[in-house]
Order: sequence, then C-alpha cells, then structure tokens
Amino acid sequence: MQFLRLMPGKGEVILAEGDPELTEDEQRLIDEFRRQLDSGMWAAVPVTEGDTGRREAIMVQRYSDIPEGAERVVFFPRAAGG
Amino acid sequence: MSTVLFLTMALVAFALGTYLAAESIRERWRRRPRRGGVRPQRFDPGTERRAERRARMLLRSIVNEEEWEMYRDLGFIRVHGSQNRQRGVGETYGYLIYPHKPIVAYLQGSNSLLSEYCVEFPDHDENVYGPKLPDSDDVLAKWMMIRADEERLIRGANMHLPGRQVDPQQVRRDLWRLAEWERSRGHYGHVRVVRRPGGEPAASAS
Repeated sequence: MQFLRLMPGKGEVILAEGDPELTEDEQRLIDEFRRQLDSGMWAAVPVTEGDTGRREAIMVQRYSDIPEGAERVVFFPRAAGG
Repeated sequence: MSTVLFLTMALVAFALGTYLAAESIRERWRRRPRRGGVRPQRFDPGTERRAERRARMLLRSIVNEEEWEMYRDLGFIRVHGSQNRQRGVGETYGYLIYPHKPIVAYLQGSNSLLSEYCVEFPDHDENVYGPKLPDSDDVLAKWMMIRADEERLIRGANMHLPGRQVDPQQVRRDLWRLAEWERSRGHYGHVRVVRRPGGEPAASAS
C-alpha cells in the first residue's frame, strides 16, 4: 500500500509504502497516517466497485477505515470555502 | 605639520566615503525594479509543468476512463449528483468540476444552472510554490470529495448563484460541447479530439 500526498509544485509525493500484513510496515503506515491527519490533511481511498467496475473514492478518518486490499491512500489539504 | 597630516587624512577619508557611496548608489540603481523587464525566476519554470504532468497521470489512474477522457478532451469532468437519486425524488443534477474554479451544479434535464460551490484545497505548509495544487490534483481532490462525501463538500463550500466566478455562457457552451462529445462517442464509438497547441485540453472555463 502506498500513501500519497498531493503537493503544490510537485504533484503527488510518496510518503510511505509498505505491506499492511507485516507488523513493522503496518506500524509505520499507522504512524504516517496519524501524522498526516494531525497536520490537517484529509485522506481518501480510491476504490473500484466489484460488480460494476466503477471507480469511486471513500474518505477515511482512521487507519482501520482503510478497506482491505486498498493500494493507495491519497492525502490532500483540507477543503476550504473559496 | 600635524595640520597638513590631518588635512590629508580628512581628504583621503572624504574620497573613500564618496567612492563607497557612489558604489552603493550604482548597485541600488542596477537592482531597481524595471517596468516591463523580466522578473527573476524563483525556481525552475519547468517544475510546475512536471508537477502537472504527474498530477494528470494520477488523475487518470483514479477516475473512470470516460471521466479521464472528458477531462483530457474538454478540460472539465462532469459528475452526476447522488442525493436525489438516493432519495428517488426530483430531477437529476450534475456537477462540472473545473481546475481551480468553483464547482458548478446544474439540472441535467434542462441544463439549468443551479449554483456555484467555491472550494479550494490550500496547502499552507508549502512556501516555495504557494498553496495551490496542480490543476489536475485540484480536480482529483474535488472528484474524490464528491464521490466520497458530496454532502460534506457542499456543506463546507461557499455557495453562490451562477455567474459569480464562472461565466454562465461559458458553462452553457461547455454543456453543449459535452453533449456533442457524448453524441460523437455514442455514434462513432470514438472521440474526436481537438487539441490546443502544447497538448492542453481543447478548452477550459474562462
């Protein structure tokens, strides 16, 4: 699983990468997830619906909300009224 | 004797002071802002282009194929609203997602414009490039929010009547272009791509 962050002037940056099945990797991912949310980022997980194949996204607020098998979590700055 | 020495020293000090002052003035004159001149680059001008290229690749890998092609060809993405469909009432509505412009809501049957939702994703941690995400990342963030939590996005956005930031004529033209685009895909099974020089999308909101 990859954690990506959308950044000005850079596009997406890989923050962390690892296999959630491995305890060591999972702890690293959890720490990074918490750090990003604490710094004010929102997190979305791109998903593909099994029956239709349509691509969707879900917002997650806890590491445990990330669906099993998700390949990417995208962090982006919190929305503000323009 | 000492008077002569003093006068010589004073003369030398005066000459040195005058020279330094003249140098300082000359340097300031050289650095003055010039009207119409080229401003010094703060960073590599290709950086933002590369960032946008990366952002487009990411967008392509996340949104549906048709939505990607829509963005590539037309410069915006149309997303169907889900709330009326979930409740089973009313006419269906949709959103047009433009990069760094408000999201425009409209009724899909009549193409009537409903409102503009002004929303941004400013990254205040970034000091070098400013707070704005690359265009395609801005579109991706809006797309993910609408797909994932439409109500939250709309609740947090500033809502305005159509025409405040996005020209309604432009939106109507875009809706017409979208209809033509969909018709061409339906009839011919492929998309006619009209590109601007430089490979940019055929058009975007003004």
